[in-house]
Amino acid sequence: MPLLPAVTELEQLKAHPALAKLLAWNSGAVEGAKFDRDELTIYIERSSIGDACGLLRDDRDCPFNFLVDVTCVDWYPKQPRFEIVYHLLSLSNKERVRLKVRLDDSSEIDSVTSVWPAANYFEREVYDLFGVRFNGHPYLRRLLMPEDWEGYPLRKDYPVEGYR
Amino acid sequence: MILNMGPHHPSTHGVLRLILEIDGETIVRIMPDIGYLHTGIEKTCEAKFYQQVVPLTDRIDYLCPLTNNLCYVLAVEKLLGLEIPPKAQWMRVMLNELTRINSHLVWLGTHALDIGAMSVFLYCFREREDILRLFEMVSGQRMMTSYFRIGGLALEPPLGFFKPVREFANRFPAKVDEYENLLTGNPIWGMRTKGVARITAEDAVALGASGPTLRGSGVDFDLRRDMPYSGYENFKFKVPVSQDGDVFARYICRVREMRESIAIVQQALDGMPEGRIKADAPKVILPDREKMKTEMEALIYHFKIITEGFAVPEGEVYQAVESPRGEMGYYVVSDGTAKPYRVHMRAACLANLQLLPAMCEGRLLADVVAAIGSIDIVLGEIDR
Repeated sequence: MPLLPAVTELEQLKAHPALAKLLAWNSGAVEGAKFDRDELTIYIERSSIGDACGLLRDDRDCPFNFLVDVTCVDWYPKQPRFEIVYHLLSLSNKERVRLKVRLDDSSEIDSVTSVWPAANYFEREVYDLFGVRFNGHPYLRRLLMPEDWEGYPLRKDYPVEGYR
Repeated sequence: MILNMGPHHPSTHGVLRLILEIDGETIVRIMPDIGYLHTGIEKTCEAKFYQQVVPLTDRIDYLCPLTNNLCYVLAVEKLLGLEIPPKAQWMRVMLNELTRINSHLVWLGTHALDIGAMSVFLYCFREREDILRLFEMVSGQRMMTSYFRIGGLALEPPLGFFKPVREFANRFPAKVDEYENLLTGNPIWGMRTKGVARITAEDAVALGASGPTLRGSGVDFDLRRDMPYSGYENFKFKVPVSQDGDVFARYICRVREMRESIAIVQQALDGMPEGRIKADAPKVILPDREKMKTEMEALIYHFKIITEGFAVPEGEVYQAVESPRGEMGYYVVSDGTAKPYRVHMRAACLANLQLLPAMCEGRLLADVVAAIGSIDIVLGEIDR
């Protein structure tokens, strides 16, 4: 199966239930979309992520009720530097969608723990390893590294061997 | 009173530390503290070539190394757009189901041991030994197998490999009966597990539970059936679901899963296709040893793959497989070079562990041990 080029035109992707729902709700919140290797990515504007997640979770036709994962990619030294990546799954419709939010160096974003309690550990892990702050998180402490650890190990400007 | 349970407590299956706030014997609050086994595998992956990441994936969930291998290679194959020959796919399915049984046997043995049924442990490890011998035959390693490669398998399965697998598959269902005779109808086992650590389907979904932990609460979802990968659509099997949501429900789901897994192994043996075990992609897959001695091209490709790796087209992929513990996912981002830009593992155990407070708060201290066992955590996967 040869690779097909990625589709980035919103018009061509409207058939997907998640994107259609988000565009119908607030087209300003959708910064773009990409369909690549059978996976749909939707770029969400930073301040709308909580509402967008709640909307997708409660959708009647295709509820994305399961938060699979939250993680982050550091594109240092490019700006905007961080991409927070949410993987959602619809248990009833067997559909997946990926939401992405681009963050600059201020690296703050609203927590989605009020939508899915499952986000608790995932967001703590991102905070721990990337230093991204989640506003409204009930217990934003380091998860894997020791409490007194300096730096954020998964950032690209953090050396693989650590600081000596 | 604040009580520390772990990281050295034998029933926490590794190095899980629980901070318990208790009132007499009743749990008021429970706070898992993890990270004792954090080795920074995700960071290490970024410094390796794509093919060098495979052995690292074994070490994440050390009870099901082949499932980790599979998930990673599927993700990279999706990035590359490789097509895998049917024989390799069927071998992968067969070995994955053996891995599932292997993992469930360790779970059953230690879970029963925690609750006080000592002898089950010996029964389970007897059969586990047989599976590990099969893994050693096929990959040369008992535990850290690294048998799958990007684009296929590392080696042809050895001559006569399928005979011992079939013998094992034939005798295993009777062994599951043995475990069930020891536990399922046992009144003490029932008292320790029925109605204990209950979780509703809504809570389980909201907290991100997956695998037998989710199915024990009555949510009928299995990635192998509902979003098939690696040729699972060719196999017929049932997905055990229980409605009760307690420790016993999760126990019964896993025990039935072992029976279904062995049925899949039988089907894989019966229908094992002939043919190649590697995809046709000389720039990605190492050439055969024999060819390297006679063909210049093969030698060049071998040298290039070993020294420079192979470039993977830009993009990102999330690949999920049904591991013995739930949804295991690999999120791989490529920037077009020979090293992954980012590899993230979605650990089923990490999400499942979040259920522990909901299960235990307001219940007795002794139930915590049963609850930990029933969500089947592996700290290697939680901490990575």
